Amino acid sequence: MSPRNHNDKAGSIAVAEARPELMVWEALNIAHDHEMHNDDSVFLLGEDVGLYGGSYRVSQGLLAKYGEWRVRDTPISEGSFTGLGVGAALVGGRPIIEIMTVNFSLLALDAIINMAAKLRYMSGGQLQVPLVVRMPGGVAHQLAAQHSQRLEAMLMNVPGLRVVVPGTPQDSYWQLRQAVRADDPVVVLEHELLYFHKGPFDADASPPPMHGAAIRRHGKHLTVIAWHRMVEVALEAATRLADDGIEMEVIDLRSLRPIDLPTLVVSVGRTGHALVVEEDCRYGGVGAEIAASLNERCYDDLKQAVHRLGAADAPTPYEASLEAASIPDATAVVNAARSILRS
Amino acid sequence: MNRDLARKFLFDMTLARAFEQASAEQYAQGNIGGFLHLYPGEEAVAVGILRAADPGDYVVSTYREHVHALVRGIPARAVMAELFGRASGCSGGYGGSMHLFDLERRFLGGYAIVGETFPVAIGAAYWLRMREESEAVVCFFGDGAVNQGTFHESLNMAALWKLPVLFVCENNRYQIGTEIHRHSAVTEVYKRACAYGMDAERVDGMDVVAVYQAAEAALRHVHAGNGPYLLECETYRYRGHSMADSGAYRSEMELAQERGHDPVSGFRERAQSESWLDERALQQIDAEVEETVADAVRFAQESAPQDELLANVYRAPIDLYKGRP
Repeated sequence: MSPRNHNDKAGSIAVAEARPELMVWEALNIAHDHEMHNDDSVFLLGEDVGLYGGSYRVSQGLLAKYGEWRVRDTPISEGSFTGLGVGAALVGGRPIIEIMTVNFSLLALDAIINMAAKLRYMSGGQLQVPLVVRMPGGVAHQLAAQHSQRLEAMLMNVPGLRVVVPGTPQDSYWQLRQAVRADDPVVVLEHELLYFHKGPFDADASPPPMHGAAIRRHGKHLTVIAWHRMVEVALEAATRLADDGIEMEVIDLRSLRPIDLPTLVVSVGRTGHALVVEEDCRYGGVGAEIAASLNERCYDDLKQAVHRLGAADAPTPYEASLEAASIPDATAVVNAARSILRS
Repeated sequence: MNRDLARKFLFDMTLARAFEQASAEQYAQGNIGGFLHLYPGEEAVAVGILRAADPGDYVVSTYREHVHALVRGIPARAVMAELFGRASGCSGGYGGSMHLFDLERRFLGGYAIVGETFPVAIGAAYWLRMREESEAVVCFFGDGAVNQGTFHESLNMAALWKLPVLFVCENNRYQIGTEIHRHSAVTEVYKRACAYGMDAERVDGMDVVAVYQAAEAALRHVHAGNGPYLLECETYRYRGHSMADSGAYRSEMELAQERGHDPVSGFRERAQSESWLDERALQQIDAEVEETVADAVRFAQESAPQDELLANVYRAPIDLYKGRP
């Protein structure tokens, strides 16, 4: 087939349409479309984002609508195409870089950490890097150790970056749009298992702050702090615990840098108990930062030490039941909650 | 060669040599900290290339970039103040020797990780090409950078999308202490461009006129929309890699031989013998350079140190960001 025929075919797949209920990938797709429509300095680069439509369909229909300069299929060169985004952002662009998975971003960390995060500071504020780096991670279906990482704790350790972790269609839409508008580099971590999850969507609703946490379920006994897929895990645990009269509050963190500590502090002030549930490794993890911050800010309100559930201290295994055992599930959350409240 | 251009060449190179000498002295006195990478021996490259570039072209440079900054027009005062860590420095005292920036003069900075200039340059060029602007990007790098992945990745993309970039290799034959025959299977850097179907040539980087002429032709090619071009300038650094390096891995004989075709004194003699500049013009240049450097040092000494720790990490102090798109 000639390239022209390929393009015709790509053109027949349209951008998603806003409906009251959408999948995460559709919400991201619409967010790209709206930002690219409103501002011609926004463009998208990545492996297979154009003709193929994105590995998770996120950029479907955009090539046909905006052309190859604004929707660019790149060679497999994560380091340089992410750095290309940095260079373009310095001179006026608002590039969105899609890295196929967070695991591949290890090849792009020089651009993200040594360049994007530092250029505003090192230049005394002359330069800015309005760059968005989108990438999915997470333990999916037996993808093994090189395709299952989260790298959340590592990325949130870098001053100069903003890091958000949207998990719902509504948040995916707004947080991506806010990230594109922000004048700082923003890492948008997506989750491979959430792209095809459905949820309510309302493009007219007022967006919460990009880095604000959201209370997904109210409760008075224990505050559970989670993000991405672990929110669903925590909500399932909360349903089971409710049968026993335990009311768990579930907070979707939504952002890892900065962390919305005020929301956490208020909740923990009410419940006196906190549990962080993370899919990334527990060792040196996001939960450690949250636990330490809560100790500093609401020590007197805590009736128990802040507890953490996280991934095993091992690379992610391939075998299915081992893989499942390597990260927290609802039963682990139920058991941890009972243990915290019993003692 | 017109008289005006000859004067610019000689002034730039004389200033470059004197500025770096003053930097070394200030470093020895403890007024400049960190790593300091000096340029003596390589002056003809920065001057020849950047005098050929348009003021609208972006420049991306390495950590050995004081002279690129000066030739681009960043005042010597602002560069010296930056080396001192002063708020009046061209990066506000946050960058230092390896991180000079001046957005107004389209100087996109000094990058201290070898191989970073390639992606930054193709990024700026991608933007120019996407917006159908006429400007180009000049991307400096050393021979040591050509074995980084970003060299190959970025040259590939630049050629694939015909991006307006002039890649300029300052081949001084040493990556710190490792001579090029010990770090590269192919030591003629310009030959590597053919792997990406990119036009390239090699030029005597100790001859400012040759560099200038080659750069003019290369930039014409780039500005005309013919895609990127690679220019390899064979040059030599007289000093060690940085102030911490005595350069003991090179023989006295090699050093003496290289100093034998010094770009600055060589051009000075030629300008006289070709009657481009007379004795009076030379004296004027020397006096102006001396005053410029002394003034820069004085300015840096008198400027206040940068004292704001947390400014400019983010656009504003990081908050929950209530931006509505």
